[in-house]
Amino acid sequence: MSIEPGSVEIGSQRVTQTVRGKRYASSALKHGILILLGILFIFPLFWMISTSLKPSFQQMVWPPIWIPHPFQWGNYPSAMQFEPFLHYILNTLYYCVGSVIGTVLSCSVVAYGFARIEFPERGFLFFLMLATMMLPFQVTMIPLFVLFKSIGWVGSFKPLIIPSFFGNAFQIFLLRQFFMTIPQSLSEAAYMDGASEFKIFYRIILPLAKPALATVALFQFMYCWNDFLGPIIYLNNSSLYTISLGLQQYVSSYGTQWGLLMAASTVATLPLIILYFLTQRTFIQGISITGLKG
Amino acid sequence: MSYSNEVVALQKSRKRIHVNRARVRRNRITGWLFISPWVIGFLAFALFPFLASLYYSFTNYDIISSPSWIGLQNYSKLMHDPIFWQSLYNTLYYTIFSVPLSTIVALAIALLLNMNVRGRTIYRTVFYLPAIVPFVASSVLWIWLFNPSFGFIDALLRAIGLPAPGWLYSVHWVKPSFILMSLWGVGQTVVIYLAGLQGVAKELYEAAIIEGANAWQRAVKITIPMISPVILFNVIMGLIGSFQFFTQAYVMTQGGPDNASMFFALYLYQQAFQFLHLGYASAMAWLLFVLILIVTVLVYRGSAKWVYYGSDQ
Repeated sequence: MSIEPGSVEIGSQRVTQTVRGKRYASSALKHGILILLGILFIFPLFWMISTSLKPSFQQMVWPPIWIPHPFQWGNYPSAMQFEPFLHYILNTLYYCVGSVIGTVLSCSVVAYGFARIEFPERGFLFFLMLATMMLPFQVTMIPLFVLFKSIGWVGSFKPLIIPSFFGNAFQIFLLRQFFMTIPQSLSEAAYMDGASEFKIFYRIILPLAKPALATVALFQFMYCWNDFLGPIIYLNNSSLYTISLGLQQYVSSYGTQWGLLMAASTVATLPLIILYFLTQRTFIQGISITGLKG
Repeated sequence: MSYSNEVVALQKSRKRIHVNRARVRRNRITGWLFISPWVIGFLAFALFPFLASLYYSFTNYDIISSPSWIGLQNYSKLMHDPIFWQSLYNTLYYTIFSVPLSTIVALAIALLLNMNVRGRTIYRTVFYLPAIVPFVASSVLWIWLFNPSFGFIDALLRAIGLPAPGWLYSVHWVKPSFILMSLWGVGQTVVIYLAGLQGVAKELYEAAIIEGANAWQRAVKITIPMISPVILFNVIMGLIGSFQFFTQAYVMTQGGPDNASMFFALYLYQQAFQFLHLGYASAMAWLLFVLILIVTVLVYRGSAKWVYYGSDQ
């Protein structure tokens, strides 16, 4: 906010008035733009839920019916009937929870090694790990498929869950950044008392790192829930389908039943939105850490 | 300082060196132990497949029979494959528009939100929510929004007297449709930029105001340079992601119409898992890797001109 040099002489009353007026105008402008943009961003989601609650004859009229009347809740059970979405959600949860456990366990140990133990090869290995983030999944997916097929893992959740017990570059990086911020003096004091490195990790650092661990768990959960390429390669049996695969299957078989499709999409989205509202702070902090410390 | 004192000091320092050496050796063992899960994972799930796919790219391989060496044939076949070139063109088209546009939109929204607006948390949630929607669900949603007969967007365009372009069914509009969709998902980047903006020292702005800089000048001369490392990081991640653009195209168009949305990763997937041309697909994968590497290095090199690392970095 700036004050024009001319207006200062006119008297303090006028100055505060013009300044306040200007402030209101610019604030109104900002909110105007933000509200307009906000409507553009939120409208598709609103339309998804709105369509999911409409009978089909209300879906295709103009001017559009914004809020269905009455709510056609029946689309939800109907959608669930055509495809076993609840079963798919259980499968997705199995994948997500397994992968979250593996990721949190492995990445916290590895991140501790990279953050708090000084050893000669550390710098090079850390650089190597960051470099793997640039490796596209497309490069590794074919040999991995061949490998997992040869040991009979294709057609199970093993190829999706087991690798997460061996670390993930992005998540290790995130945790390492957090571990670095914990004062070294805490570890030093424990060394003096003769504590082993693992004890320091387990008793001192991990309890302090709970928020970062929560972020990692949350990100991994979101990633697995959203994952499509992994499941489509490895889960070739419809009884193992995750929600993403099931939904894709549903589109290709019932491509024009918009009420049912939107109900199914809402079911696939709602758990994540609820999760977001429950863990908003962890979420926003986590995103900020990962994006900033590049 | 007397002689005996010096001896004591020397002995002490020797002891310290000894202790330090023992500690270095112990640290080396414990350090490797701690990172061993990643080392195993790196060897098994990154290095091995990385080299194996290079090998496969020189072979004819369909998973049923063992790979047979054919030298550079996959690569020379790719050079004469029009769909390969089309997929490369489509992917570059998507990247060239989607990455800069998302950066601009995300920055603009973040700058607006950073101007001390009331209800920032609510706005931030509004912009972030679309980014949470799983790709398949948002794909289904946008198929419906883009539907040429009953979709909301075309109905709205017709109502205000504009022609409806047919979006996903049009050779010319299918890529812009995906770009538009990608802009809808910029929420994550907005949150990152906003966090970056809040870290810019307030004193800089105060000084600029005294010098008489207006809001636009402050944004261009202070804010953007101060968060340029964050922008660089997100642009690079965005580039890597958009070269691998897959799920939405798979769900929404399967590459159609007339291969106008056949993206690189989609064609690669089809070659690998629908036609079982694993060698051919591996050659594509390696080209993708080299392409990503070159573009990343170029952007990083070029960034020296516009990225400002503060004196503390």
